[in-house]
Amino acid sequence: MPLMTARSNLWAFGLRVGLVLGSLAGFGGSAAQAASRLSITGAGATFPYPLYLKWMSEFQKKNTAVELNYQSIGSGGGIRQLLKKTVDYGASDAPMKDDQLKEAKLQIFHFPTVMGAVALTYNIPGVTQSLKITPEIVADLFFGKIYYWDDAKIQTLNPEVKLPHVPTLVVYRADGSGTTAVFTEYLSRVSPTWKEKIGAGTSVKWPVGIGGKGNEGVTGFIKNFPGALGYVELLYAEKNHLPVAQMKNREGNFIKPSSDSVTAAAAAYLKDIPADFRFSLTNAPGKESYPIASFTYLLIYKKNPAAISTTLKEYLNWIYLDGQKLAAELYYAPLPKDLLDRVRTQISQVE
Amino acid sequence: MKAMTEVNSVGSARKSFDPIFERGLKFVAILVMSLLILIIFFLYQLAAPAIHEYGWGFMFKSDWNPAKLIFGAYPFIHGTLITSLFALALSVPVSIGTALFLTEIASRQVAAVIGFLVELLAAIPSVVYGLWGLTVLAPRVRVTVQPWLSEHLSFIPGFSGMPYGVGVFSASIVLAIMITPTITSIAREVFRAVPHAQREAALAIGATHSEMIWLSVVRVSWSGVFGAVVLGLGRALGETMAVTMLIGNRNEVANSLFSPAQTMASLIANEYPEATNPLHIGALAYIGLILFGISFIVQGLARRIVNRVANPSGGGA
Repeated sequence: MPLMTARSNLWAFGLRVGLVLGSLAGFGGSAAQAASRLSITGAGATFPYPLYLKWMSEFQKKNTAVELNYQSIGSGGGIRQLLKKTVDYGASDAPMKDDQLKEAKLQIFHFPTVMGAVALTYNIPGVTQSLKITPEIVADLFFGKIYYWDDAKIQTLNPEVKLPHVPTLVVYRADGSGTTAVFTEYLSRVSPTWKEKIGAGTSVKWPVGIGGKGNEGVTGFIKNFPGALGYVELLYAEKNHLPVAQMKNREGNFIKPSSDSVTAAAAAYLKDIPADFRFSLTNAPGKESYPIASFTYLLIYKKNPAAISTTLKEYLNWIYLDGQKLAAELYYAPLPKDLLDRVRTQISQVE
Repeated sequence: MKAMTEVNSVGSARKSFDPIFERGLKFVAILVMSLLILIIFFLYQLAAPAIHEYGWGFMFKSDWNPAKLIFGAYPFIHGTLITSLFALALSVPVSIGTALFLTEIASRQVAAVIGFLVELLAAIPSVVYGLWGLTVLAPRVRVTVQPWLSEHLSFIPGFSGMPYGVGVFSASIVLAIMITPTITSIAREVFRAVPHAQREAALAIGATHSEMIWLSVVRVSWSGVFGAVVLGLGRALGETMAVTMLIGNRNEVANSLFSPAQTMASLIANEYPEATNPLHIGALAYIGLILFGISFIVQGLARRIVNRVANPSGGGA
């Protein structure tokens, strides 16, 4: 083979390979359609993953012909996959924004499945008790305005605890996270300065502190660094035997995060929750309400392929009947009764 | 006659296999090349919103606030370069010293054992390095190492700051440990390749053992050793997991060796999964492109230097 033709062949060949690969990448999206006969695939939030795993396995025990899959790739990823239609449903801790819903063109329902609490936890040498904390103190701590744990503001609120002269060290979630969104949403509601300077979102520009990756990363830092404090999903604080703060709520009561105090927050907000369920539960009214809480959602198109729609609705109905009972043992909060009725009405609108 | 034709037919069957074989090789070579082009294309497409919004200035902006949709890559470029270069500064003397010890001083058995152990360091997954750094190294840096260094070296800028434990310093130490096996094993091969006659010649003209090592081993191996160092740098630039666990993940320009910072790789690992805004995703992809570009430049530069050093002497290194 002469050299010249060999060369030109090489380029033609390369072009063809490139085209094939390019088309593979472009049409990857249609894979979900082909696989949608009896397997239903979802993707999204990591926070409810342990509960969703439990739900899927319990549901499949009774419905052996169904195969449910869930990939915990993060809320942002869940929304992106849903919009690209590579999954049958998405899952997110934060509700979708208006422009994202517009981008979808088709109508998308938000199904709040359960609720979770974000706990303020800490590692103060010699302190195992649950400290009382006010919104002002949280904001000051995360602004870096309180340097030592024995600061007068914290000490006067907790006279029965002997606080040591140990520097505070703020630990935040370095990865974009629904937990951060809930916590910064709370800070924005209770502190106008926070709202103006920092804002709320899955990642923000923290005034002070260090970042850990994931709930595990944050609890890891807190356990290993005396003086550290941070916010984590309640489950992680409980499993790591870290103390959690009692937060002062709108009525002035100090409330510990728990399944009950989160359900109480949703119950107190019931009239304010809009028809599409896109709502932040932070800083709830009500005497027993824990103020840093949130829904987590399944995101489902109104119109679904005929093959999966019946099963999908069966699964949703099961979630709001038997599924809710499994929530509390994994530290998630079940929805209050009145809200369940409203959610069930929405299930009937899914096609 | 019969035997002749048989031989011929076998020969032609074997020959006709040649083009298929060549095509196969061509195919895999082109496959690798197209993958590279496709990855760049994919990154560029993803990064397009940020490229249009910021242009080249993106690399020199130091504000990063996803909640307010403000993005700039400078803190992460800075963080990546400073951790990688500090890791190199720690690792190079140790790696080259170890390689020289293994080839020039240790007995064959000792060299086999130590060489094996050093290479075993490369087999430890980076998440394990991260865990070790987080639970063992960082708390000690915070309580012991940093206060001591700050007290004795605070006249040097960059040795002060809050004792966080995690940050540039801890991340660099773990990076240094991670790149040591790479540099050591390549440097060792380079030193081994030096002909024995050269060593004997140095000794014959009256050089001491250490002079011999310097004159006939180190000086002639410079380009190869440089290649080893650059490969180590390449690994340090892109390392993600262990760095993410130890750098402190703070989106600011580190003003001290002990400051928490962020590298390009750790930022992408941290923020991509939850990024939804196209500009945020674009900014992360743009940073991916920049990291790609920096690695590309480092490799290219290394090649040029290696060639320039290797060629004038005439001996192919």
